[in-house]
Amino acid sequence: MRLPALLAALAGVLCIAAAADPAERLPDPAQEAHARALFRDVRCLVCQNESIDDSEAPLAGDLRGIIREQVKAGKSDAQIKGYLTDRYGQFVLMKPTFDPGNLALWAGPFLVVAFGLFLLLGRLRNRQPDVELSKAEADRLERLSREGRP
Amino acid sequence: MMAEFGAFALMLGLACAIAQTGLSIAARVRRSSVLAAAGEGAALASFASVAISFAVLMHGFVVSDFSIANVAANSHTEKPLLYRVAGTWGSHEGSILLWDLALTAYGAAMALFGRSLPRSLKAVAVATQGALGTVFLAYTVFASNPLARLAQAPVEGRSLNPLLQDPALAVHPPFLYSGYVGMSVIFSLAVAALVEGRVDAAWARWVRPWALAAWSLLTIGITLGAFWAYYELGWGGWWFWDPVENASFMPWLVTTALLHSAIVTEKRGALAGWTVFLGLAAFSFSMLGAFLVRSGVLTSVHAFAVDPRRGVLLLMILGVTSGAAFSLFAWRAPKLGQGGVFAPVSRESALVLNNILLAAATATVLLGTLYPLIREALTGEAISVGPPYFNLTFTPLMAALILVLPAGPLLSWKRGDAVGVAQRLWAAAAVALLAGLAAYAIVSPRKAFGALGLMLGAWLIAGAVAELVERTRAFRVSAAESWRRLTGLPRGAWGMTFAHLGLGVFVLGACFETGWRAEAAETLPLGGSLDVGAYHLTLDSVTAVEGPNYDADRGLIVATRNGKPVCRAEPERRLYLANAQTTSEVAICDRGPSHLYIVLGEKRNAGGVPVWLVRAYWNPWAVLIFLGPVIMALGGLISLSDRRLRLGVPRRREQPA
Repeated sequence: MRLPALLAALAGVLCIAAAADPAERLPDPAQEAHARALFRDVRCLVCQNESIDDSEAPLAGDLRGIIREQVKAGKSDAQIKGYLTDRYGQFVLMKPTFDPGNLALWAGPFLVVAFGLFLLLGRLRNRQPDVELSKAEADRLERLSREGRP
Repeated sequence: MMAEFGAFALMLGLACAIAQTGLSIAARVRRSSVLAAAGEGAALASFASVAISFAVLMHGFVVSDFSIANVAANSHTEKPLLYRVAGTWGSHEGSILLWDLALTAYGAAMALFGRSLPRSLKAVAVATQGALGTVFLAYTVFASNPLARLAQAPVEGRSLNPLLQDPALAVHPPFLYSGYVGMSVIFSLAVAALVEGRVDAAWARWVRPWALAAWSLLTIGITLGAFWAYYELGWGGWWFWDPVENASFMPWLVTTALLHSAIVTEKRGALAGWTVFLGLAAFSFSMLGAFLVRSGVLTSVHAFAVDPRRGVLLLMILGVTSGAAFSLFAWRAPKLGQGGVFAPVSRESALVLNNILLAAATATVLLGTLYPLIREALTGEAISVGPPYFNLTFTPLMAALILVLPAGPLLSWKRGDAVGVAQRLWAAAAVALLAGLAAYAIVSPRKAFGALGLMLGAWLIAGAVAELVERTRAFRVSAAESWRRLTGLPRGAWGMTFAHLGLGVFVLGACFETGWRAEAAETLPLGGSLDVGAYHLTLDSVTAVEGPNYDADRGLIVATRNGKPVCRAEPERRLYLANAQTTSEVAICDRGPSHLYIVLGEKRNAGGVPVWLVRAYWNPWAVLIFLGPVIMALGGLISLSDRRLRLGVPRRREQPA
């Protein structure tokens, strides 16, 4: 049945911002703020596209616990993220890494801008200069504008 | 009998759509106005049939006829009437039927109101619309029948997801779908223009009202969805860069680009090929959105009614229709003319720059949405593309767009005067700079972001005002003369001013809320309190209340500021009985343009004393996030009412050979 499965999947959405729960909090506010900033970059692996900052799933709670401990132990962001990707792969990071495999992803938007500007410049360069009216055209214009007057 | 009648009407609708296509093609080939009128009649009949079928399904939901499988799976007798009606489009089958209804309605509207179109162009456009109708109605009839019967009707239905039982979300799909499907008219007109081989000012002007209507409806639809997420999901977020949101955002970005490039095509005859391309792309992105949302290939926080098997069919529909249209484009577009020339500093250049940045923004959203799929298919390695990616790519592109935006309307066509524009905008720039500095002094914690955002928002708003000043020659001629000019401005100009102003309002709200929001969460006993921003909240009482189809705990939380009570908030925690699901009903206190957002969480036990988890957010200027897009949509509708659109362009006289 697809409906119960759907509802089960949705249950993760219902009571969100779980990371704010005072029961989990670190005593040092600076460390807690640092941990919260990290949570937003870590994906809740069993949820439907949520960071662990938002999710109430048990796994998200476990990951928050691990990250809070490591923040408390004074580990750097790189160390903590390295720890997570060693275990769960790149999928766990909400922000894709700047590695060659993601080149198209990061460069794509700016390539589109560059290509568009290139086309625009080409169009601007190729435009013909405004041509002067030939003698015949100038005469015709003169005649027409004289006819217009009463 | 009712359901069978509805299913029959649906099949009749399909037959009429096929007739519409065939008759209109024959009308174009034989240049017969009789056949063309027959094709248009078929378009009207197709719409009428689908409307009957839709009414039958809605009737099934209203009277809770559980012998219809769709009703049994998505409705419940105790559900309030509004949500029984909204249940019509709450499921996959129902939402596709809504799509069909919109598609045939646009086809009928084109047949009725397209009188100013040249006959042959109109015949091809009606035929294309009929072909789209045929494909989607065939899909509905053969793969997604909304009126299928159950052999044994259950006594009670399985009800609609309680998260969806909400007024904003009840009307969200009709707006969204009439926006999505509105792009089909532009698509059909673009195909017709390619077949006829002529894209001129008149064509651009015919496209304009349809694009404006679809864009305005889509803007409202997306805003309703964001507003729903904001107060229903319970943590005050309104945009998550979720695949489903991206799916609705891409057609919006493309149509925004189209509205701007169509102006260049209309006024200067340039960018004809590009405008046609955008016309084809807009509806292709709509179909891509339908596929992404309905197939479940991407995980999303709000994917409702997902079915992978049907996803393949939707992908085929997308591939065939877009593939055919873009092949036609590749074949015919080189014949379209270049149009007028323009200097580097000109309104044309500004609008091309707008299009480059919007195209890049669309590419960003597309890449961010599909890249995980592509990478996983190629290397087997799963990655996530979340909000941090979009903040680093999409946001700078939009910032660049906003920086050049106020200059665009002040530049003249063909060759603009950069110095003159700078003179007219210096006051706006000064206002923006001051706003940015003030924000830097006030906002915390994200000072730089808040300051930059506020500067850009103020720049847009002040730029829109500067443009009005310029048009009315205010401060240079007498006040009476300025007023006369102001009241004499065409609706189209007002529409543009409102749309740009609305974007500024949105940017102000979005950046202020993101940069300056405060959050607090505590477990509180009765009488306990917590502080958020400048407010002091006290949990006064929690009482049990009974709703129509749920039981709830309702908290009474009193908010004070400087000792003075300012708001009594009543957030609820609801248990929906039909599917044993708990939801939070957020309480929002309006504080001017800002929100005090309060959520009652679960009940816990602290040493024998009951405590409740209470979360509160101070969301400064949150109202502007939703007000801005409403102003933008209003701008679109004002522009739509411009009489120049109704009159159309005088038909070009045939040159004697």
